[in-house]
Amino acid sequence: MLTLPTSALSAESLEQNFQEVLPALSKREASIEANRCLFCYDAPCTHACPTHIDIPGFIKKIARDNVKGSARVILESNFLGSTCARVCPVEELCEGACVLGSDHKPIEIGRLQRYSTDFVLEKKLDLFKPAPSTGKKVVVIGAGPAGLSCAAELAKLGHAVTILERKPLAGGLSTYGIVVFREPVQVSLAEVEMVERLGVNIKTGVTVGVDVTLESLTSDYDAVFLSVGLGTVPSLGIPGENLLGVVDGIKFIEDTKTQAYSSIPVGKHVCVIGAGNTAIDAATIARRLGAESVTMVYRRSASEMTAYNFEFEFAKKEGIEYRFLSNPVAVRGTDSVTGLECVKMRLGAPDSSGRPRPEAIPDSNFVLECDMVISAIGQEKHQSLAQQLNLETKNGYIVTDAHNQTSRPGIYAGGDCVRVTGDASTVMAVQDGKIAARGIHAQMLEGMVSAND
Amino acid sequence: MADLSIDFCGIKSPNPFWLASAPPTNSGHQIHKAFEAGWGGAVWKTIGAPVLNVSNRYGTIKYNGQIIGLNNVELISDRPIEINLREIAEIKKLWPDRAVIASAMVESNPLAWKTIIQQIEDTGADGIELNYGCPHGMSERGMGAAVGQVPEYCEQITAWVREYSSIPVIVKLTPNVTNISASARAAVAGGAHALSLINTINSIVGVNLETFELSPNIGGKGGHGGYAGPAVKPIALHLMSQVALTEEVMRAKLPISGMGGIMNWQDAAEFLLLGASSLQVCTAAMLYGYRVVEDMIDGLSNWLDEKGIGSVNEIIGKSLPRISDFGDFDLSFKTVARVNPDSCIQCNLCYIACNDTEHQCIDLKRGEEVVMPGFDERDNGRIQATSSRPFPVVRESDCVGCDLCHNVCPVTGCITMVEVPSGRAPTTWRQLSAERPEVTQDWEAMKRYRAEVGIDIH
Ligand SMILES: Cc1cc2nc3c(=O)[nH]c(=O)nc-3n(C[C@H](O)[C@H](O)[C@H](O)COP(=O)(O)OP(=O)(O)OC[C@H]3O[C@@H](n4cnc5c(N)ncnc54)[C@H](O)[C@@H]3O)c2cc1C
Ligand SMILES: Cc1cc2nc3c(=O)[nH]c(=O)nc-3n(C[C@H](O)[C@H](O)[C@H](O)COP(=O)(O)O)c2cc1C
Ligand code: SF4
Ligand code: SF4
Ligand code: SF4
Repeated sequence: MLTLPTSALSAESLEQNFQEVLPALSKREASIEANRCLFCYDAPCTHACPTHIDIPGFIKKIARDNVKGSARVILESNFLGSTCARVCPVEELCEGACVLGSDHKPIEIGRLQRYSTDFVLEKKLDLFKPAPSTGKKVVVIGAGPAGLSCAAELAKLGHAVTILERKPLAGGLSTYGIVVFREPVQVSLAEVEMVERLGVNIKTGVTVGVDVTLESLTSDYDAVFLSVGLGTVPSLGIPGENLLGVVDGIKFIEDTKTQAYSSIPVGKHVCVIGAGNTAIDAATIARRLGAESVTMVYRRSASEMTAYNFEFEFAKKEGIEYRFLSNPVAVRGTDSVTGLECVKMRLGAPDSSGRPRPEAIPDSNFVLECDMVISAIGQEKHQSLAQQLNLETKNGYIVTDAHNQTSRPGIYAGGDCVRVTGDASTVMAVQDGKIAARGIHAQMLEGMVSAND
Repeated sequence: MADLSIDFCGIKSPNPFWLASAPPTNSGHQIHKAFEAGWGGAVWKTIGAPVLNVSNRYGTIKYNGQIIGLNNVELISDRPIEINLREIAEIKKLWPDRAVIASAMVESNPLAWKTIIQQIEDTGADGIELNYGCPHGMSERGMGAAVGQVPEYCEQITAWVREYSSIPVIVKLTPNVTNISASARAAVAGGAHALSLINTINSIVGVNLETFELSPNIGGKGGHGGYAGPAVKPIALHLMSQVALTEEVMRAKLPISGMGGIMNWQDAAEFLLLGASSLQVCTAAMLYGYRVVEDMIDGLSNWLDEKGIGSVNEIIGKSLPRISDFGDFDLSFKTVARVNPDSCIQCNLCYIACNDTEHQCIDLKRGEEVVMPGFDERDNGRIQATSSRPFPVVRESDCVGCDLCHNVCPVTGCITMVEVPSGRAPTTWRQLSAERPEVTQDWEAMKRYRAEVGIDIH
């Protein structure tokens, strides 16, 4: 069978290329940075954080060398603080709102958060204990950030929580989807362990809807939380997409998180279709695995990209090239990829998303020579689960109320599978889990009160 | 460039910056280096009675990583006295234009003082400083602060020294007294040519939370030491100006060498404005080396130039007349705080200071609307957090002009205290006590008075 060659780089340089981009802060760095914080009242950074961590509170504790206390402040609001410290788009969240940003440098909130949370993660300190058992049972479907957060909050309140997870490892995209140099797998897994130490029972290798039916779960448990995220990259729908060398971007990233770097096939000249976060991550990985050239192909122009500006800058620094206003129409090749045929586009009238609609320029086809095509045009939605349960959806996303309850009482949902608007991010998934946990708790308390009547 | 040279009771130096008697002036080698760096003078590390030092000697207080206070249990010079005397003579010969002053401390008997004064005069030193201040080690032996704290001893020893010496005598005062004027009067009565202050303040600087030992730890023990550095500056400024305003000192026109927490040219300028005519520095040099003098000289000189002042001597004591008793403050002087929204960074530190401590008169406002602190759990992101963030606005009718918000604001010039007419004729507590004594003694009368003149405090 034909296969793509694997990286030509040495094991050491591969290891080097996948080191965390930002090193951990030393004690001294953390103390200097923490002392810079003004200790704002009703601080804007806390407003901007989707989980509303008391940021000045935890930073002051670092300044006073109360690292454990600092971590507790963080984890109280965000049980996955260590992941978030690494993956949050802080420029758009806490740090972007820091009052020092206007005429100076904002506080490095993310790195300080990592300093404190890594301290408890590395020492395996358990800062929370579950409350006495309530006798209530909750099942969480999907062990990504939303599910873990919800499970941890419920466990703290004394409920018995089981998480069912399809993959062999828990953690969701933190384990499988966030590039290694932003978050090593061990960090995600250490957080998973912390959730397990609260008494949460995580069963991996169980696909709900296949190994166990949803309906049976609704009758076996007092409440259900759906946190199934999104699926794989949808098919491109163009000729040649089954050729050897065409890969799914998410799968490609997953390989770098679960396999030896030297065993992962990578092309010399790589085209990446899409311009979102996943596309940039996949492109970066291809570069770091040793691809000589990586070109991102996007049918709109730079200003319509959904990736954050800092990601775009990062990609350019990585030596990634951009082909804007280019729409792929076919993958060329006989057995394996030899090129990507595109048509030139121009911007027309605004479409439903408010962005100008790209239109093909007739007879402007051209071919980008390449031996690998990475498809990163978004993620598919798990429609079937919602359908099985007869849940109301919108554009394929599950519809929820203010407490994150779905159209069916007792069934809650959160994370990427409900994120109709806005950019899906880990921290928002964590907040969803928290809000749902509170909703479930309140509902079960009501239940207990009426049962006692 | 402004003239920085001074003449301090006959002791001349090219600039007012002298190293204080302390470890940086321990030897000829060091002082030679210090003079090369630009110091105008040096008060030699105190010589006199034989001593033995201990280790550890220092403890510090840090704030935000920076040392603000230094505590020590050092004694006077532990080098044999003849070596010190020989080096004083060498240095004075090498550096004729610099002020070289010998600090001395011996047992409280006339013979001991007569001997050491003679030895110092033989070195050619420009003056003698009497160390009545060392708060630890020496005081237990009847020297240092033990002398400085008893005005009669201070006067007696000063008089002995004056009798035996022909060069200027500076009496260095200890801050560890309840009324520094009494110490100053005693020095004047004893015939001092000049005064210097402050020596270090009695202190215990800290306890080690790992070991429960004191800092500095001397073989498991510790005790009080002498406190110096930036943290003591306000105390030094107060004590020094109190001495400068003591009638006997003013009448005798005694110059004062000011010290205690001088770290930079700005501190120096404040000491000069409050009556110092020479300046001494110890901690700054201990923490950063002799080079700190470079910007003390440069900064002071640039500041004088900017003010159009030709000589450092013109500013000595310039702010002293402003020192006043509370009873003479104008009770009708009124200010209110005003926030400049263009420079405000919306940290809300003024808001919380006013609300938790003062008069609850800063509102958080979005346009005209007063908003409460807090957020919705669905709030999310930079844009939402910053675009709707309210600004602090002072309700001037309720503002008492306390000045706390202005002090806590991290942005220089963002909050200004603006003088506003109070609508009341100027009056002081002293006047009020004389003219309407009942108002100052009885709350009911006070309430009527407030209603009458329109003072409303909620
Ligand atoms: C490539 C990539 C990079 C990203 N980078 C960032 C970033 O830098 N910063 C950031 O904040 N966000 C980033 N995100 C988004 C972030 O990872 C997600 O928003 C977040 O993981 C959502 O959490 P979740 O719990 O909703 O879903 P997921 O993390 O997707 O977890 C869902 C879990 O449910 C499981 N599951 C699904 N179906 C079933 C089933 N039927 N039965 C059992 N289990 C099931 C899945 O296996 C998975 O473990 C990135 C996403 C991708 C794809
Ligand atoms: C370690 C140390 C030793 C000192 N030794 C003496 C001394 O021998 N004689 C003396 O008169 N003052 C001594 N002092 C007091 C200093 O001369 C000076 O008065 C005091 O430190 C305040 O100034 P500063 O804040 O600039 O340090 C000493 C101070 C320190 C810190
Ligand atoms: S906004 Fe910046 S300075 Fe203010 S509390 Fe937050 S991190 Fe600290
Ligand atoms: S500074 Fe350090 S090395 Fe120098 S004498 Fe003191 S303890 Fe010893
Ligand atoms: S303290 Fe100063 S900067 Fe901060 S909110 Fe008040 S006025 Fe604005």
